[in-house]
Amino acid sequence: MFKMMFRVLALMILAGSAFATPTFVFTAIPDQDETQLKQRFQKVADYLQQELQTEVRFIPVKSYAATITAFRNNQVQLAWFGGLSGVKARELVPGSRAVAQGVEDPEFKSYFIAHQSTGLSAADRLPQSIDGLTFTFGSKGSTSGRLMPEYHLREQFGQSPDELFKRVGFSGNHSRTIALVESGAYQLGALNYKVWDAAVEAGKVDTAKVKVIWETPTYPDYQWTLRGDLDAAYGEGFTDRVEQALLKMNDPELLSSFPRQGFIPASNSDFEPVRKVAKQIGLLD
Amino acid sequence: MSFTEAMLSSLSRWSGGVKTSIGFVLVAICCLFVADLEISSIDPWAEMWRLADGLFHPSLMQSSLVLEALLSTLAFAFAGVALAVVGGFLLALMFHNAFVRGFCALVRSIHELFWALIFLQFFGLHPLTGLLAIAIPYSGIFARMYAEMLAQVPMLPARTLPSGTGYLNTLLYTRLPLAWPHLVSYTSYRLECGIRSSAILGFVGLPTLGYYLESSFSQGYYSEVAALLMLFYLLIATKKIWLRRWTLPALFLGSPFFLGDGMPIVWGNAWRFISEDIIPAPLRNSEAGGQWESLSKLSQWTSDIMFNQALPGIWNTLVLSQIALVVTGLCALIMFPLISRYCYSLPGRMPGYVLLVIARSTPEYLLAYILLQLLGPSMLPAVIALAIHNGALIGYLSGRHSNELVLRSDLPKRRLDRYFYELLPRIYPSFLSFMLYRWEVIMRETAILGILGIHTLGFFVDSAIQEIRFDVALVLILTAALLNIAVDMFSRRIQRYI
Repeated sequence: MFKMMFRVLALMILAGSAFATPTFVFTAIPDQDETQLKQRFQKVADYLQQELQTEVRFIPVKSYAATITAFRNNQVQLAWFGGLSGVKARELVPGSRAVAQGVEDPEFKSYFIAHQSTGLSAADRLPQSIDGLTFTFGSKGSTSGRLMPEYHLREQFGQSPDELFKRVGFSGNHSRTIALVESGAYQLGALNYKVWDAAVEAGKVDTAKVKVIWETPTYPDYQWTLRGDLDAAYGEGFTDRVEQALLKMNDPELLSSFPRQGFIPASNSDFEPVRKVAKQIGLLD
Repeated sequence: MSFTEAMLSSLSRWSGGVKTSIGFVLVAICCLFVADLEISSIDPWAEMWRLADGLFHPSLMQSSLVLEALLSTLAFAFAGVALAVVGGFLLALMFHNAFVRGFCALVRSIHELFWALIFLQFFGLHPLTGLLAIAIPYSGIFARMYAEMLAQVPMLPARTLPSGTGYLNTLLYTRLPLAWPHLVSYTSYRLECGIRSSAILGFVGLPTLGYYLESSFSQGYYSEVAALLMLFYLLIATKKIWLRRWTLPALFLGSPFFLGDGMPIVWGNAWRFISEDIIPAPLRNSEAGGQWESLSKLSQWTSDIMFNQALPGIWNTLVLSQIALVVTGLCALIMFPLISRYCYSLPGRMPGYVLLVIARSTPEYLLAYILLQLLGPSMLPAVIALAIHNGALIGYLSGRHSNELVLRSDLPKRRLDRYFYELLPRIYPSFLSFMLYRWEVIMRETAILGILGIHTLGFFVDSAIQEIRFDVALVLILTAALLNIAVDMFSRRIQRYI
């Protein structure tokens, strides 16, 4: 009897190890409200699982840096990065590649928003009168909520944000930036234009209290980045299949959750402008 | 006699405790002038109102998720503390060794969250990260306290043993049984701290309560926040019911099974962290250029960190913690009579007990997080948070002490007279020593609150980690540790002076 059970057990273990391909895990930078991200990326996980015929899992993390670390540590093999986080991650993981970006991502931009009490309105440049106000970025590692806004502030005013503003904060993510400027906790903020547009469209912003006062010139931003060592672990041709699956994602519901019109090919060199700016500001060595 | 002379002569008559207190208050007043304590939120009431509304309408999101979070909060606390008890006890036995003492001082001066941030690089989101983040600093704390407790037992029983009795037998038959009640009660207190620490670890991504608290809070789902907080209070308030001698083995042995599985550890990452990531960038990247160039780059790198991050961080940490320390003292002195039998009857003390339990169960980090959302970013929310939590803790200890006093039967009728002429002078020495013990803790928490955006050392540590500069982060974490060790040594000197 025991012998029998032992055999069954041994067989099960053998079978398990022989057929098990490791789970394919991906993550994304936590740039927005978590509920929204969970819904969005669970849909992506289901889609990829179906396309790739292997187990796919999404893990949420709490910071941009944690996304980069998980990717670097090979605890996730694919990530939806912002411009800056992608550049950093690919620098740390030789062989990793940017493979797909949203149709809108090559020409991304940031909005500067202001509380109505500042009396500021939309203009071609940031007005000199923002000197001495309070200001919040998004996450410390964000492209549209930190890197590019800081770059343009330095360009226009010749000062670091700390010198220019009375108080500089980091809200954590773009949704928080809207909430904090709307409530008046900060007078100004800078964020991802897509998040703002989507929030306005969904009626989540009181546009009587907070409005856009300036938009930055465009720059490349979000992208899907893959590690370079996938084929060894998941089988020959796996990298190509993931790349194809990402590019042909066309379910309107899925796309609108990003929100992107579709995905197009990307390469590491597309993000060279972001790397240069990050170096200039001192966010990259 | 001039006024100044009068002052000086009366100063010399004051006790060391009073002089120390006045010194601390004067320093705090000076700090007030340089501290940023502004309420920068334009309409804090609107947000406060929404929070209050949420507190009255608690609602749970998914009960299965919450149950899991509660279980893993307890699991990390129990498993972490269990490891620390073993480690701390072994270290306590070697505490006469200067190297061991230094090692313990170092590991306990680094906050759990900093340990977690380090281990996140090592192991990623793996249970070991949370486990070690609690176990390591707690081992250092246990080692010191256990060593002190074992040293304080009467020596006579040990001397009565026949000569030639071994070290182990002396320990097992005399010192350990005598110190046992103190060891148990301290360990039980630490277990409560462990539950708080474990909950807070969720803020950096571990699957404990803090994870869901942060998510719900940052999205403004205050009803969920309320429900989670209430569960947390319930857990701590009912500790006496579920934490019994006969439940302990089950709790400790069961805890490893509820830590979750997380992501697999890749050991190469751990090695890379030690051999590359934390090596200062100028040394790591020196290919050509020779020694001199890399040396000059290293000094440039070091002075950059010193002047732009470490020194401003230290300054803000000191300013904030000195103010918080004095406000904590005031809070404690105001709160302790609420639970003192010389001030209120038993039913009258009940609200005080509830208030103090809630205030001391709420971690400073969580309170500061909430207040920052409401009041806007300045040192003010941090001061209030530190003062509420630590004030309630010391108020509780002082109140309990006052209940142990036996006062004469012809006490003054007025409560205020009783407080100032009978209670305060009697509990003040022990109050002061609680405060001096707490000083180091407040300093450590002040540094960590920087992660929330106040520019104390934690802010710069978090920035370095967000920029994937672990070499810089490590230098700053060690700076914070040295600051804590210095404060600890200083506070012990003052204790002796008093």
